[in-house]
Amino acid sequence: MTSTTTKSAYWIGVRDGAPFILVAAPFAVLFGVIATEAGLNLFEVMSFSFVVIAGAAQFTALELMEKEAPTIIVLISALAVNLRVAMYSAALTPYLGKAPLWQRALMSYMLVDQSYALAHAKFEDAPDMSVPERSAYFFGTCTLVISAWFTFSFLGAALGTQLPPSIPIDFALPIAFLSMIAPMIRSLPHLAAAVVAIIVSMICIPVPYSLGLIIAGFAGMAAGSQTEVWMTKKQGAPQ
Amino acid sequence: MIDTTTLWIIIFTLGIGSFLLRFSFLGLVGDRPMPAWVLRYLRYTAVAIIPAIVAPIVALSNEAGTGPEPIRLFAALVTLGVGIATRNVIVAILVGALTLGVGVFLFA
Repeated sequence: MTSTTTKSAYWIGVRDGAPFILVAAPFAVLFGVIATEAGLNLFEVMSFSFVVIAGAAQFTALELMEKEAPTIIVLISALAVNLRVAMYSAALTPYLGKAPLWQRALMSYMLVDQSYALAHAKFEDAPDMSVPERSAYFFGTCTLVISAWFTFSFLGAALGTQLPPSIPIDFALPIAFLSMIAPMIRSLPHLAAAVVAIIVSMICIPVPYSLGLIIAGFAGMAAGSQTEVWMTKKQGAPQ
Repeated sequence: MIDTTTLWIIIFTLGIGSFLLRFSFLGLVGDRPMPAWVLRYLRYTAVAIIPAIVAPIVALSNEAGTGPEPIRLFAALVTLGVGIATRNVIVAILVGALTLGVGVFLFA
């Protein structure tokens, strides 16, 4: 009985995750193409996508490596871009914290924007789900998105070497990042964070070792955080 | 060109780091609460870091790296504008890429 409902929870997850292939695929292709153009071979591109599974962080690392930023800056920046997954992890813990450790480890490996968004919404809507059902649903949401991430990274890497040189691939990455920014700005504090980060990053252009990025990132985070505090105070809500 | 040893160090450290970020609460912290200010900062990391990466690239996109290149600047603004108008990542990236491609084809 339990195994039947668990199985169906998995398949519901697969179905709910399917549309997100359309989001993951273009970024995966782009990563494959840009990484190949930057000189990575197929094995390196696939290892990157397989080991890290994080679009924005992979793009960030690639961009900074190409600019020959120091390794530590590459790592800090790419991990900073990916810090939001720690929030996802926190948000899912009340629902999945009782799953076996090996499952939680596997979930962590597969925790991406899409699986978080789908699973968290589902768990809130359906409080009666058992922990095994929730786990099955979570793994269902990941199945297609992560398969698409690997497959399309591969296609992008295969395609990369065959693109004609006239295509302005140098600017593909900024376009990809710019397309992500607007949907991220969901409130005034988000806007404040982005604007302050942009201004400080421009001021910090002469700062060596790409440290300007770290400074600008912190300035933006502080601006967002502080704006949130002010807004909360204005509304008179406690804390 | 990217040095191979550096590349593998970055791939594996990023892999381990990303895993630990994802595993942090689910695996290690459990239900214990986090300081509010940490969560508040975490909320704004991506929305601060990504614009901070892009702004200087766009501003110094000409060949000498001294100022913006008009086609690239225009494509960047179009991408951002379409993103704001549609709130749709895929539409923004497609329109932006098309603008850039057509611009380079016609004027460069």
